[in-house]
Amino acid sequence: MRNISRRRLIATSLAASAAAGGLTTAAKLAKRYGLIPPDAGGVYGPGETLTYAVQRLLTRHSLAREFSRSQISKDPFANEVVPLGVAFDRLQAGGFADWRVAVDGMVARPGSLSLAEIKSFPSRRQITLVACEEGWSYIAEWIGVPLCHILDVAGAFPQARYVLYRSIQPDWWESIDMADALHPQTLVAYGMNGVDLPVPFGGPLRLRVPRQLGYKSVKYITSLTVTDSLKQFGKGLGSASPEGGYAWYAGI
Amino acid sequence: MASCSITSLGSEVGRADTIGRMAESIAARISASAPAPRVVRPRHAVVVRATHWITSLAFFALLVTGVEILLSHPRFYWGEIGNVNTAPLFQLPIPSSRDTVPTGYDYVLPDQNGWSRYLHFQSAWVLVWTGLIYVVYGFLNGHFWRNLFPDRAELSLKGLSSALAQHLRFRWPGEEAQSYNAVQRLTYLLVIFVLFPLAVWTGVAMSPAVGSAIPSAVTVLGGQQSARTIHFFVSVLLAIFLLVHVVMVYVTGFRRRMMAMITGRTKGQA
Repeated sequence: MRNISRRRLIATSLAASAAAGGLTTAAKLAKRYGLIPPDAGGVYGPGETLTYAVQRLLTRHSLAREFSRSQISKDPFANEVVPLGVAFDRLQAGGFADWRVAVDGMVARPGSLSLAEIKSFPSRRQITLVACEEGWSYIAEWIGVPLCHILDVAGAFPQARYVLYRSIQPDWWESIDMADALHPQTLVAYGMNGVDLPVPFGGPLRLRVPRQLGYKSVKYITSLTVTDSLKQFGKGLGSASPEGGYAWYAGI
Repeated sequence: MASCSITSLGSEVGRADTIGRMAESIAARISASAPAPRVVRPRHAVVVRATHWITSLAFFALLVTGVEILLSHPRFYWGEIGNVNTAPLFQLPIPSSRDTVPTGYDYVLPDQNGWSRYLHFQSAWVLVWTGLIYVVYGFLNGHFWRNLFPDRAELSLKGLSSALAQHLRFRWPGEEAQSYNAVQRLTYLLVIFVLFPLAVWTGVAMSPAVGSAIPSAVTVLGGQQSARTIHFFVSVLLAIFLLVHVVMVYVTGFRRRMMAMITGRTKGQA
């Protein structure tokens, strides 16, 4: 056994305790500033937390890249479309006139909005890229209402931390934090490339979260729930994705 | 435990001539006029050994999960966008884990993307932090100057061609080789300062959130799909490096070199 100098031992233990203290402080600060994702438990928690915290600090107000009209994909890919069920077919037969989106949770004026009401709100159009976690992508022009406008109309409480949204497809629900919910490019979209949003692409109504991967942009939206905690929904992991093995935060 | 042992150079020379010469040459690299007693460094310092093995684990995880993720869309494109409706730059002749991808195979592999993505990003964080520690250490401690930056003689055409010729003839310097030749030095520098940073950059450039904060990180690469394609080729180069590296360790003395990277000591050293 070789000598370990006292100085070295002291320096090493000081460095180790500084690192441990630093990590504890970092964890406390992260919790304080809402930088811990709802699926942070488990073996992949440290990596997820680092990714979410760093990207959140880096991107709180940044705008997703927008493209020129000439860059719009001529052959966008809708991904596979499964049968959407009897309820959807009935609404589609009626031209989606009876499509409604419930707005509830931590809002002063809970209720529901018809497609016509949503289309009457001030709209925004933007040409952004949809990237799927699988690796493929396309660019399209999206027309819709900024989600933050709907949250304004409903009177979301300042304590709100997440907006949870559900599809007419059972078991497809997601949530985003307020940084994305209040982001000007986060749309409740009803138009694509100048026409009504086609059904394969999520028509009549889908969320568009351009700073996250495609699976956060849920198709066929039927409800928006404002909340300060995701614990009481599903398995408490934030959305259906972590329950199926995928990360809640999909900014990467 | 301790990263270096202090011994008298004289006793080393007395024990084994070759080791003594090695120590002298290392000592000469450290300082031209070092006073006795001189420091005989271990073959690899403790920081180098620790970061080497942590990086190895992280890289192995990245490679396996990277292949899993790739299986969900084994097509590559150039520019900003690409999907099954657009012409690929090339497509790998392998089956896919998605039935939406036309592969020519009549079966679809199971979807492993969820855990693969979780583990890929977690391993990437481990790799980035470990790499930063290693690079800061390498500059502060002199590791890069001592072991990796080639000197002028090695970089000359003659020095490079003779080192390369030795490599291509599978002629090794022998068991006593304690320093890297120019080909090794340049390869390690390429891996540390070009390939790994490029892998991290092209990986991060695929993130829509990072693209919103630093758009130029994507556009200078030619677009998001270009970033993905470069990421693939850089990963292939890193995988080739890993293969050659392991083969070279094996043929030039597996046990000895593994011990050097695990304990820091080689036979004959205290």
